[in-house]
Amino acid sequence: MTLLTTRGLSKHFAGLHAVEGVNFDLPQGEVRALIGPNGAGKTTLVSMICGRIAPSGGQVIFEGRDITALPAHKRIMLGMAYTFQITSVFAGLSVGENVALAARRRLKGADVGLAVDDALARVGLLERKAQEAGDLSYGHQRLLEIAMGLAQSPRLLILDEPTQGLAEGEIAEFKALIRELAGKTTILLIEHNMSVVMELADRITVLNFGEILAEGTPDEIHANGEVQTAYLGNG
Amino acid sequence: MSGGARAYALHGGVIAVLFALQFILPAYHHGNLARIMVLASYAVGYNILFGYTGLLSLGHALFFAAGMYGMGLGIQHLGLTPAPALLLGLVAGALVSGGLALLALRTTGVAFMIVTLMFAQAGYLTILYFGEYTRGDEGFVIQQAQRVLWGIDLSDAGNRYFAALILFGSCLMFSLWLVRAPFGKVLVAIRENEERVRMLGYDIFAHKLAAMVISGTIAAAAGASYGLLFGYAGASFASVQYSIFPLLWVLLGGAGTVLGPFIGTLFMFYLIDLSSGVTTAYMLIAGVALVLLTLFAPQGLMGELRRRVWRGLP
Repeated sequence: MTLLTTRGLSKHFAGLHAVEGVNFDLPQGEVRALIGPNGAGKTTLVSMICGRIAPSGGQVIFEGRDITALPAHKRIMLGMAYTFQITSVFAGLSVGENVALAARRRLKGADVGLAVDDALARVGLLERKAQEAGDLSYGHQRLLEIAMGLAQSPRLLILDEPTQGLAEGEIAEFKALIRELAGKTTILLIEHNMSVVMELADRITVLNFGEILAEGTPDEIHANGEVQTAYLGNG
Repeated sequence: MSGGARAYALHGGVIAVLFALQFILPAYHHGNLARIMVLASYAVGYNILFGYTGLLSLGHALFFAAGMYGMGLGIQHLGLTPAPALLLGLVAGALVSGGLALLALRTTGVAFMIVTLMFAQAGYLTILYFGEYTRGDEGFVIQQAQRVLWGIDLSDAGNRYFAALILFGSCLMFSLWLVRAPFGKVLVAIRENEERVRMLGYDIFAHKLAAMVISGTIAAAAGASYGLLFGYAGASFASVQYSIFPLLWVLLGGAGTVLGPFIGTLFMFYLIDLSSGVTTAYMLIAGVALVLLTLFAPQGLMGELRRRVWRGLP
């Protein structure tokens, strides 16, 4: 079953075609990586999917329902979650309260506390629950951002460059976490780290100049000459 | 003691001290404190929007005056007794703040400040325009006989102090409860990072609207009580000065702290009161004190206390 579909999705910024006519299908349960050079339109595309920015044209369909006109907060309530590329936690609140804000949208009472502890344990931040989020290291703030996504228990989890700024060990833990989620949660992952992409993704979509350049399994993409020229380099 | 119990103990303790003070204070300070408590209630309402939600309104005098005139005109022209008149003031405040919120919340930042300021000015001019009913700048006195609430004469100093304490205590405890409740946490999160809150699935507009109505209604409760307790309603309470006052009090006391509005109001009131006894240039002393405070305690008195002593202070 297809969880998410876009048809002819476009975004123009004053003549610049950031995203142009993207037809994208994401089946339920898949881990999909979205890659492409800087400025290829990856963040713009997922921002239109989750409603942060309005498209110039085209449609977004989630679980068979046209959600193009739906505001972001209502899309989130349908079961999307989006973690920010630039770390965007609530610096003045405690780590636990950050995750609780995410959990409280679907849970009440004691269940919130359980969901918070569970999400924090999964990213390894449970012992820092009472700490102020602004005091965390950059890598830990990235993990907190992911924990907030987990606490939302989404159908579709959109991760925008989640491993940026993480140490090697943290990246390994991140991979393990995604493998654990795979199958239950559909994941759309924007990522620059090729080892993360190649190891985690079921399929990869390559974006270049706002259009889909190629789509396929990691092996197919790895062997694709066009992709190598556009993105991986031909050295 | 848990953080919550400590917070309730501290704020309950402040109310208990204020209760006890009425028996020992000399008449002059007794009267001052009653006035400060009513004005501090106004600041508590302002703080919910400014301190906790991060929306800087320059038009809260409109809500204060809506409460004052809703109550005052109800007594003066509809012949209401104080209880329904107070209620009318609250309803007026809720309606006016809800209406203004629907318009002003379409803007953010500086535009929000300007829109609220303009509407408050329009409200002020409206009061002057309908001078036939409102008595304009001159205002009108609410007679002693009209200020008897359930057989209690509110013009009596003791009763007045007690009424002010009930108002302030309710506003303070409500504010403490609100900011510790999930709804209040969302407001703080909106202040910290609005876009992130939206992407967690919260309706930002609905939350800001609710915050503005709560804030405006508390301001109106203070305005209505002020008119009733001190027996006067006048257009000067709707002027821009009364929009700036709560901002100053909250900044001095500590924006985003529950006790800050009271501390700020108390500090500013006595700063002006004491310095005017020393020199006629008392605003100079007040100004210097404000500059010093902004330099050395930019987060206000309670904000500084939170930074240095008690990180979890609500």
